[in-house]
Amino acid sequence: MATPSTAAALPPHMSISEPRRVTRDPEPPTASRAAGVWQDKLFENITRFFALLVLALLLGILLALGYSALPALDKFGLSFFTTSVWNPVTSDFGALAPIYGTLVTSVIALAIGVPVSFGIALFLTEMCPTVLRRPLGTAVELLAAIPSIIYGMWGLFVFAPIFGDYIQPLLQKIFGNLWILGPLFKGAPNGIGMLSAGIILSIMIIPFISSVMRDVFEIVPPVLKESAYGLGCTTWEVVWNVVLPYTKVGVIGGIMLGLGRALGETMAVTFVIGNAYRISASLFEPGNSIASALANEFNEAADPVHRASLIALGLVLFVLTFIVLALSRLLIARLARGEGNKT
Amino acid sequence: MNYLYRRRLFVNRFNLVMSLGTMCFGMAFLLWILAVLVWQGFSALSPTLFTQMTPPPGSAGGLANAIAGSVLIVFVATFISTPIGILAGIYLAEYGKEGWIASSTRFINDILLSAPSIVIGLFVYTVYVAQVNHFSGWAGSVALALIAIPVVVRTTENMLHLVPNSLREAAVALGAPMWKVILMVTLKAVRGGVITGILLAVARMSGETAPLLFTSLNNQFWSLDMNAPMANLPVVIFQFALSPYEDWKSLAWAGALLITLTVLLINILARSVFRQASTR
Repeated sequence: MATPSTAAALPPHMSISEPRRVTRDPEPPTASRAAGVWQDKLFENITRFFALLVLALLLGILLALGYSALPALDKFGLSFFTTSVWNPVTSDFGALAPIYGTLVTSVIALAIGVPVSFGIALFLTEMCPTVLRRPLGTAVELLAAIPSIIYGMWGLFVFAPIFGDYIQPLLQKIFGNLWILGPLFKGAPNGIGMLSAGIILSIMIIPFISSVMRDVFEIVPPVLKESAYGLGCTTWEVVWNVVLPYTKVGVIGGIMLGLGRALGETMAVTFVIGNAYRISASLFEPGNSIASALANEFNEAADPVHRASLIALGLVLFVLTFIVLALSRLLIARLARGEGNKT
Repeated sequence: MNYLYRRRLFVNRFNLVMSLGTMCFGMAFLLWILAVLVWQGFSALSPTLFTQMTPPPGSAGGLANAIAGSVLIVFVATFISTPIGILAGIYLAEYGKEGWIASSTRFINDILLSAPSIVIGLFVYTVYVAQVNHFSGWAGSVALALIAIPVVVRTTENMLHLVPNSLREAAVALGAPMWKVILMVTLKAVRGGVITGILLAVARMSGETAPLLFTSLNNQFWSLDMNAPMANLPVVIFQFALSPYEDWKSLAWAGALLITLTVLLINILARSVFRQASTR
């Protein structure tokens, strides 16, 4: 038996001192390797197909709704968006009242939701003891997990009576006689209406806004905060003058996300908004949002023009939320990119 | 202690107390809603809830057909959305480093994540229900699946990004083809996270009412026929809660308690699955 140590016994081309000379012809691709390449291509294309499917979904929604809304847009033209008549009997439809209701309730929701979310994010990032941070953060997120219809039932049966009995009269007493705020709080305090819908919406969007705010507050480089503290700033001054300016793009993105949610929220609003096609200055009056009009009427709409008008409303809602959410994404992405450049 | 200093201290204290106040405000509403649900729901909870059908007005009954319908619709929707969502998520994370397909899909997916669910219902109505001319459980499942897909895509992609590249390189160096690397190494490494995403999607679907209104509608009787209108908890709750009949209302509260408990339990379960998976 020849052992490697007996180098002299080996033929010259196998000598151990020059192992690199040993060459082999490249193996022809075996069947399994060829199959691997082929399967790889197939797998990549399958996954790409499903990714494209998500893209197609968006186009599909726009096209399908646009096509089904045509009868209404044909009949009313642009005046569909500028009239507030909604009369199924005479088949006259205008989208202004639901659009107005959607915008007003969302603005109320933001007016309450944004400061509260900011407070919660501030509490969870700067003040909260570390032990409590996770359970409290989870609890806030559970607010988002509660189904919309539960908010609706709670709003109609529990919140609205209390709101109408105690809080609305109080608001009327305080603001009722002021010349600019007065008209906002006119009307019968029965707990149902745009203001109640807005308040319930605000509770529903708090978890979304505050979780974005928390995320962006946490990316502020500690050295910035530490330098501010080192100069003697109070916690509030650090948050207001350092954290907030640094993250303002992301914060606005979070607010837009909340707005997008508020615009499209359906069931909770349907329960408490009162379902009336009218535009009035008072926030105590019942109104209608696009989503609640759809939920209330779509299944009863037998007239094709009525149905097409409701679908046109849905299209308006989709385009509106699409724009708001797209802006939100772009802003949050911009902050994340800027963060990458700075550090 | 000059004036400026005291003022700054005061502003700081005041705002921090307000911040604590907002936290209490949020928690108060959470506890208030849960307390009302438990209070109203428990009194209506009884074994007949699970054995009897939804009653005509003015008589006693249960929610058996609605519960079965909901479970079936959500199950089918999960079955549809999971493979689509995971595969699309794989494309975004593993193949879509550059190129317009991945970046635009990512962008659109994030928007669909928050798109109004009632519009999804309207969409399924126009392309499915209006074409076949009848409401059906299938349509409900499709609508819910469309809501779940973006959730699954997002979590799958995020999770796959967490896999260290060395793991992929090790597998590739052993001669495994990419699809095997992805399915048997990277996806397996983050399966806890992916399951979390699916659970969250299920939780989201279980509570959705708006998309089911125009798709699966409602059915007063026991039916497991997916091709016919199908009872489901959210729509039954909607119909019963807004009715003038007391026993319908109390059934609605019982259903609301059931749904909320289910959704919150799934949520908490998903979080603990995720925590276990990420600490291992």
